Amino acid sequence: MSDYNFAYLDEQTKRMIRRAILKALAIPGYQVPFASREMPMPYGWGTGGVQVSAACLTPGDTFKVIDQGADDTTNAISIRKFFEKTAGIATTEETAQASLIQTRHRIPEAALSEDQILVYQVPIPEPLRFLEPSEVETRKMHSLEEYGLMHVKLYEDISQHGAIATAYAYPVKVEGRYVMDPSPIPKFDNPKLSMAAIQLFGAGREQRIYALPPHTRVVSLDFEDHPFEPSKADHDCDLCGASDSYLDEVIVDDAGGRMFVCSDTDYCRSRRAANHVGAQGAPYEDARA
Amino acid sequence: MQTDTLSGAFAAPPVDAAHAFRAVMRVMARPGTIEAVTGATPPAPLSVAAGTVLLTLCDPETPVYLAGDADCAAVRDWITFHTGAPLVGRSEAMFAIGRWEALLPRDDYARGTPEYPDRSATLIVEMERLEASGARLIGPGIADEAALSLPEVAAFQANARAFPLGLDFLFTCGDRLAALPRSTRVEAV
Amino acid sequence: MYVAVKGGERAIDNAHAWLAEERRGDRAVAELSVAQIREQLSLAVNRVMAEGSLYDPDLAALAIKQARGDLIEAIFLIRAYRTTLPRFGVSHPVKTSAMRCDRRISATFKDAPGGQVLGPTFDYTHRLLDFKLAAEGEVAEAPEAAPQPGQTPHIMGYLNREGLIKEEVPDEATPPDLTREPMELPATRALRLQALTRGDEGFILSLAYSTQRGYARNHAFVGELRIGAVAVEIDIPELGFTIEFGEVVLTECETVNQFKGSKTELPQFTRGYGLVFGQTERKAIAMALVDRALRWKELGEEDQGAPAQDEEFVLMHADNIQATGFLEHIKLPHYVDFQSELELVRKLRREAEGCAGQEVAE
Repeated sequence: MSDYNFAYLDEQTKRMIRRAILKALAIPGYQVPFASREMPMPYGWGTGGVQVSAACLTPGDTFKVIDQGADDTTNAISIRKFFEKTAGIATTEETAQASLIQTRHRIPEAALSEDQILVYQVPIPEPLRFLEPSEVETRKMHSLEEYGLMHVKLYEDISQHGAIATAYAYPVKVEGRYVMDPSPIPKFDNPKLSMAAIQLFGAGREQRIYALPPHTRVVSLDFEDHPFEPSKADHDCDLCGASDSYLDEVIVDDAGGRMFVCSDTDYCRSRRAANHVGAQGAPYEDARA
Repeated sequence: MQTDTLSGAFAAPPVDAAHAFRAVMRVMARPGTIEAVTGATPPAPLSVAAGTVLLTLCDPETPVYLAGDADCAAVRDWITFHTGAPLVGRSEAMFAIGRWEALLPRDDYARGTPEYPDRSATLIVEMERLEASGARLIGPGIADEAALSLPEVAAFQANARAFPLGLDFLFTCGDRLAALPRSTRVEAV
Repeated sequence: MYVAVKGGERAIDNAHAWLAEERRGDRAVAELSVAQIREQLSLAVNRVMAEGSLYDPDLAALAIKQARGDLIEAIFLIRAYRTTLPRFGVSHPVKTSAMRCDRRISATFKDAPGGQVLGPTFDYTHRLLDFKLAAEGEVAEAPEAAPQPGQTPHIMGYLNREGLIKEEVPDEATPPDLTREPMELPATRALRLQALTRGDEGFILSLAYSTQRGYARNHAFVGELRIGAVAVEIDIPELGFTIEFGEVVLTECETVNQFKGSKTELPQFTRGYGLVFGQTERKAIAMALVDRALRWKELGEEDQGAPAQDEEFVLMHADNIQATGFLEHIKLPHYVDFQSELELVRKLRREAEGCAGQEVAE
């Protein structure tokens, strides 16, 4: 792999992606078309995020990759190895140590700082796609700020179910203009979208890049009588006792016994290291032995 | 062709361009902040920052317009040799470079279409001075408010009013760089 | 006590080692060489070159070997490699009229200058398993004839002289490059043809078949199908002349389609066009039918709402590398999203049960 250019992509491709990123930052929430390249991993497995990361990385970066909040999921490992090999950069599992974090489906629990960049892998960037399959039509709808269809859909949920039946990839409005898909993060993460770090979204197969500059106003769509509610399992983490983190439900025995653990593995680890112990957790040193 | 034409490029293109892009991205994401960028040594009258931005973002796919004294043989040759960017008139340009007065009027540049607002020009404005003081800036990328020594106020207010259409600006002075995207609302102080 | 499972990195390495072993198969059986694949599985090689958009039989054969014969996986390997290649230049459009034809047939005329040349086709083989091949029998040499002198004229040219077929106006503009620019809709015909020629053979075949069965039927005949080698030429600006730097085998299909005429035009025939790398005639014919179906708007035909007429539907779903990637990505962990759905469904059920309980109480 050492025959490849720094961070795999050739310089002309990086320039094309970099120009798209700058326009995306200038028009927050708008999806900039870009000539996504065919990467050595499949479409749908983070090719958009990988291209955005490749265009942003410098040799001094410390890179972290999470999938479902975890550093040790197989595709996160695979992407981390790709950049270790092609860019020779340092990697970390510690959120606070990372200068660039590529994520699939989660925003880390710990607040990110001004110096960090969060790159999202996006499967379907178009928030209106499931209401209108045609790109020609949805592009028109964005240009006219014609978002009635989305509100009708959400309101139909309420009349049918008594609540908005969208649990992840919950649409947001950016700075009062563009409706945006925050990627399939659980709606628990939506309030974190207004943050100090730069957020970049890459959709490789769909050839779109979009962005949220720091401190951008991001509002989850809702109604006065049905305000947006972030939600999580009504438990504490069984390993670290956290009551404020998003939880995975793990089946632990044949009888269907459950436990709830932090989806953000680094958050859980750092809490256990600081001697927080959940209902089924062992003290940190024991667990490492 | 002068020897100056051939020199002044990045010493290590992938790495120099990566560092320079990160600086450009940071200033575009945080209007009003000023960063140093180096790597290119372009011919006069281009600043180091402007030359570095050009090498980082321009290539045969990006038509460039040179305004005023930036439109000289030394600069033309240098850009052509190092980036391959076609030199064009204002209306076709993806990037334009020069002093503010030479770049005007604003209306001549592509400001995107309602369906593709990204198809708009980025103006690289060479400045006598560049400081984090002056006009007040509010908008995405700014926690409360920021300030920047803009060449004027009215033009940037009008540009922001056309959002999501509009131009985006980079300001260069020596090796210093700042930005003002169309999303930033500007107030005179 | 619960400790989360670790060791994903080792699992990946071990999976790769096992995969390599499975690819090799029983070591008591001789290993396939790339040359054997190139020579003896040449239609698989052709498909990989066509949908990989890279004309290199050796690399395509290598990709087939590496992919254990999974052609979509092989196409993926070629596409990923192709992206890393620098571009040294752009060739002239190839002249298929100067093709050295191995095969050339027309369904619309019994005979025509240049003749009907069957070439190496499966068409009239009886599909009986040939058990002699299992015994590695050598093949007798095929009879040879002298090559025909001069160029083989395009059969469509004869219809053209009478004005019976709609004239195609040459466009000198440089067409967009699907692999270097994001897809923009509505697409030009040049862009559509690019997408079709590298599109999945199965998808294009099924769409073409759907037009024959009445979903935007366009009454296609194979005006001409030709397969053979054409020269690829490139200008060398430093030298000031054009050189021929290689040749490629192509399959070209032109269909003749009925057209009843419109308010402004007399009845005349129209055409669909297919051009594909290698000997790939099923794909080239299918491409021509789908191309014709997609031209309904420019020809002033009715939108029948058929899948093959829907440009966005066809172009956005024809690429098997995009399709297989997105399809297979649902194998990746989605437990965070699933968890959020679990909570939502539980909440909605609780609320529904709560309401039902209230109604009973009332």
